[in-house]
Amino acid sequence: MSSPLAGILQLLALLAALALAHRPLGDHLARVYSSGKHYRPERWMYRAIGADPSAGMRWPAYLRAVLAFSAVGVLLLHLLQRAQGALPGSLGFASIDPDQAFNTAVSFVTNTNWQSYYGEQAMGHLVQTGGLAVQNFVSAAVGMAVAVALVRGFTGSRTGELGNFWADLVRGITRVLLPLSVAGALVLVACGVIQNFSGIHAVGQFSGDEQQWNGGAVASQEAIKELGTNGGGYFNANAAHPFENPTPFSNLFEIFLILLIPFSMTRTFGRMAGSLRQGYAVLGAMAVIWLAFTALMMWTEFAGRGPAFEAAGGAMEGKETRFGIAGSSLFAVATTLTSTGAVNSFHSSYTGFGGGITLLGMQLGEIAPGGVGSGLYGMLIMAVVAVFVAGLLVGRTPEYLGKKIGTRQITYAACYLLVTPALVLGFTGLALALPGPAESMTHSGPHGFSEILYAYTSAANNNGSAFAGLNADTPWFNTTTGIAMLLGRFLPMVFVLALAGSLAEQRPVPATAGTLRTDKPLYSGLLVATILIVTGLTYFPALALGPLAEGLAS
Amino acid sequence: MSTVTPPRTSRDAATTGGPRPGSRPGGGPFGPEQLLRALPAALRKLDPRVMVKSPVMFVVLVGSVVTTGLALADPTDWFGWAVAAWLWLTTLFANLAEAVAEGRGKAQAEALRGARTGVVARRLAGGREERVPGTGLRVGDLVVCEAGDVVPGDGDVVEGVASVDESAITGESAPVIRESGGDRSAVTGGTRVLSDRIVVRITTGPGETFLDRMIGLVEGAARHKTPNETALNILLASLTLVFLLAVVTLKPFAVHAGADDETSVIVLTALLVCLIPTTIGALLPAIGIAGMDRLVRRNVVAGSGRAVEAAGDVSTLLLDKTGTVTLGDRRAVALRALRGVAEDELARAARLSSLADETPEGRSVVTLTEREYGLGSPGEEAPAGARWVAFSARTRMSGVDLDGLRVRKGATASVVAWVEESGGPVAADARALADRIAEAGGTPLLVAVEDVRGRRVLGVVHLKDVVKEGMRERFAELRRMGIRTVMITGDNPLTARAVAEEAGVDDFLAEATPEEKLALIRREQANGQLVAMTGDGTNDAPALAQADVGVAMNTGTSAAKEAGNMVDLDSDPTKLIEIVATGKQLLITRGALTTFSLANDVAKYFAIIPALFAAAYPSLDRLNIMGLASPESAILSAVIFNALIIVALVPLALRGVRYRPAGADRMLRRNLGVYGLGGLVAPFLGIKLIDLLLSLLPGIG
Repeated sequence: MSSPLAGILQLLALLAALALAHRPLGDHLARVYSSGKHYRPERWMYRAIGADPSAGMRWPAYLRAVLAFSAVGVLLLHLLQRAQGALPGSLGFASIDPDQAFNTAVSFVTNTNWQSYYGEQAMGHLVQTGGLAVQNFVSAAVGMAVAVALVRGFTGSRTGELGNFWADLVRGITRVLLPLSVAGALVLVACGVIQNFSGIHAVGQFSGDEQQWNGGAVASQEAIKELGTNGGGYFNANAAHPFENPTPFSNLFEIFLILLIPFSMTRTFGRMAGSLRQGYAVLGAMAVIWLAFTALMMWTEFAGRGPAFEAAGGAMEGKETRFGIAGSSLFAVATTLTSTGAVNSFHSSYTGFGGGITLLGMQLGEIAPGGVGSGLYGMLIMAVVAVFVAGLLVGRTPEYLGKKIGTRQITYAACYLLVTPALVLGFTGLALALPGPAESMTHSGPHGFSEILYAYTSAANNNGSAFAGLNADTPWFNTTTGIAMLLGRFLPMVFVLALAGSLAEQRPVPATAGTLRTDKPLYSGLLVATILIVTGLTYFPALALGPLAEGLAS
Repeated sequence: MSTVTPPRTSRDAATTGGPRPGSRPGGGPFGPEQLLRALPAALRKLDPRVMVKSPVMFVVLVGSVVTTGLALADPTDWFGWAVAAWLWLTTLFANLAEAVAEGRGKAQAEALRGARTGVVARRLAGGREERVPGTGLRVGDLVVCEAGDVVPGDGDVVEGVASVDESAITGESAPVIRESGGDRSAVTGGTRVLSDRIVVRITTGPGETFLDRMIGLVEGAARHKTPNETALNILLASLTLVFLLAVVTLKPFAVHAGADDETSVIVLTALLVCLIPTTIGALLPAIGIAGMDRLVRRNVVAGSGRAVEAAGDVSTLLLDKTGTVTLGDRRAVALRALRGVAEDELARAARLSSLADETPEGRSVVTLTEREYGLGSPGEEAPAGARWVAFSARTRMSGVDLDGLRVRKGATASVVAWVEESGGPVAADARALADRIAEAGGTPLLVAVEDVRGRRVLGVVHLKDVVKEGMRERFAELRRMGIRTVMITGDNPLTARAVAEEAGVDDFLAEATPEEKLALIRREQANGQLVAMTGDGTNDAPALAQADVGVAMNTGTSAAKEAGNMVDLDSDPTKLIEIVATGKQLLITRGALTTFSLANDVAKYFAIIPALFAAAYPSLDRLNIMGLASPESAILSAVIFNALIIVALVPLALRGVRYRPAGADRMLRRNLGVYGLGGLVAPFLGIKLIDLLLSLLPGIG
């Protein structure tokens, strides 16, 4: 399956599945986050952490809860890795070094899942299943909670309250992520993904050498890894590994899982905002970018020139033959346009433009459709910026969903927009200017530059995928990517929640014929243009020196 | 219900579409000579302490200084000098734009200041008069003004009545009457008393008079950034930061790419200045000043730019019926004779009773009988021996007594009583006819006579509020803009409904008291609406203060003027509609130039990135889609375009973008097309053109 037709058919199947699934799931999410009912197991959990799930939180309280919970998560995961050697279920692996343990803990708590370790050679069952997989659930639930808090900021009237973080967190896990990932894991097991707690097996190779394979609770971790847009592979080869992603169908199913919640949350947004059309406008903008990126990716990968390309029907280097160009392109675009970062192929081996598309996808801020929760709130920030300029064009001071976008609101939105470019460009510049870090590059010229740019783009945007080629397990990269992941995750959340709080204090302004309609295709188009221009202008020089220089040369 | 309407200036709505010709100097089209005249002021604005208030232009100033320093270090490098020169020009052009906008206001301020200089006040102190300079007056002082005197400060007339020439403030040459008590007691400093003697109690301290405030406003001295302007500045500053980041980090990237020499500090500074939103950054202050200026030229003085901005957001417009929706007085539109009475007889009687009636209603009866019944002739005199019976609030009738004939017209109950008093019969259909007219929203005037046949009712005059021409269309236009109009009237609900339906307003408040007006505003605001209203009386003051945009009439009381946030010098209530349009135009101009400025950057990248890196990575030369001649000319063309576009857009910033009332969708589509797509395409053409010209110069191409 490597013909373009296969790509189109897979894309159509994916579209149909998402179109069918996003409505019931989006509505379910809206009910989950609006319900006043607490189930008994949930009440036990609230009692255990001493939280009152019915108390409304203003934004500083909500933020404190997010930060405190995440800080505890980093600490626990760090300790678990440091103590691995002394704990059962380690498969005999030693404790992790401090800088790598810090990097990995931060990576999983921030929903990045950047991995500077080899899963099958470093992490035992306890860390994988009791640490990493747990963070796959809770980090995704935190993202969804923050997005829902922002939506409540738009819909609330003068209370300043954004809901209760603990209730949002627990419900996101118990009522959404757990049931969905159980179902997802069953499908994956049916496809042949392994699910066991067996140890390390020595397997003979055709060449006579011996290879080591470990078992593990892979299917369950794979499901939440894609569903929660986490992306951290059980094995180093991630979704290219046959134990994680054995067949073309499992590949398509995993892409579906990646895109499912982010796209559905636009429906949740429309539901909660009281106008499904508002959700569709955001969904439209996301879908246009995703489809355009997928089309461009397939075009550049199928159209690759040169004898090797032609023999394989396109750029097959670094791609699994069981997925082909189509399945790999679909996966690469989906994983970089969301904050997933799981990979089923080497992004480094894509054509120059193809690598550029994965880079730009992350640089857009991962909002089309983006990570679970983070995609929606990132997109809504861009919507606020688009409304700010376009609102003026219709002769009114800007408003979105009846809330005025004034000085405070635009300040928070602008700060949000500043964070990731500052981290990406700053750290990339620093890494190139200093003598040490550049030694990690495998290539010179534009491709080597892309390796470093990709690493920081991936870390700061909480994607977690790697371009390959860069040796990132050095103290410099473990530390700086760790900082980039932390700041890239939580600084934006600070501004999102502050924005939500300032919106929730406002009384909504009723819409009139003079109000900018934000539920029309024209607005979706404007939103897409704003996103492309704002990120395009920020990263154009960097992209020109990496993938563009490479792509235009061929 | 009184049939007398207080006189008030009302102008036909159709004539208020633009600034009145010759109202005040300073406006008019923008010409190059204004740029020259503003040059000294623009140079003074290069002071860094002033520049730092605009983050975007401050970066350009720093860039100018840096490139000049580098050019000095290497004086043989013509390119460095050229870039430095154009960066200075960019800074200067931005200051010019602001200075020109201020200069237009200053011309107006000069004219106003002339009215104030050297005024001597005749202060009353302990019954004696003393001469003090106008600036020495304090709140509460009593001053005397007689014919020929200039009123020394803002205040209220506490004694006497006088005609006052207010042309210095309003540009209106017809004198106005000012008298103690009531709603016409306010006088403004700088106006001239033409007749009689008044005593004025000063209500504002020196330097705070209306004239002072107006001068401050038109000069831009009292200008504070409006909320939306501040928000826009924050967005522009953050974009500037993003580009600063992109350009600073480009240096290590370039070193890695082996393009160290091509990315000198001069070149990177040029790139930075091209990328940051200089177009909108340069024109933002001018847009704000020009917006205020446009209002002033329409004879509206806004207390702050904030109010002008709020006007663009108004969603509910409260309009007084009288003078705004209707012409201000009722007119006779038809005569209805009772059964058995000839229409002609009724017409003659009605006309006879109105010949001496100077109220608009009376005159309209005379006009009607001439037009519809062919009565009367030019130069017709009232019949000799006529005794006129004037209207009084007690009798609520007017009429005439002749020999053998008495005619009365007036309110139904009064005329019926007059007829029944003599035992005369009142035809059954008289009341029914009157009621039908009242139900239709009109005012019935019964006409009765007393002649040889005794007293009897002849018929009814149908008086009606006449809705101003074109108002229906205007309200429809407002509805398309998303603005709801509410008519305020003291009339009963029946009459109010009829007028409201005829005028096409969305809602009405009948039998309105000041308290109900205030309550209505609060109700609307509680629903999130922004409310605009006009008012003139002291009892309007609370509502004016409560409204988001309160426009006080200049003829109104000081209390009303203090409470509102705008004063209309023409005292024309329909101007509210223009004020809203001006507010919207101001916001659209800002949005249009911001969009244009951002869209421009795309072309600049395509000019500069290949120029910088085509040597290191030849493949990047394929980005040079404009086919620019050389790296130097490409960079210089982008910088020159960036500077010239500011000057090219100054007229647009001053005039404001074309505004036509329309729904938000149409407006967005149009403005995005013109300024978004236009902003994307224009620089490609402009930069290519400049590059063609530059490549003609020796040593560049």
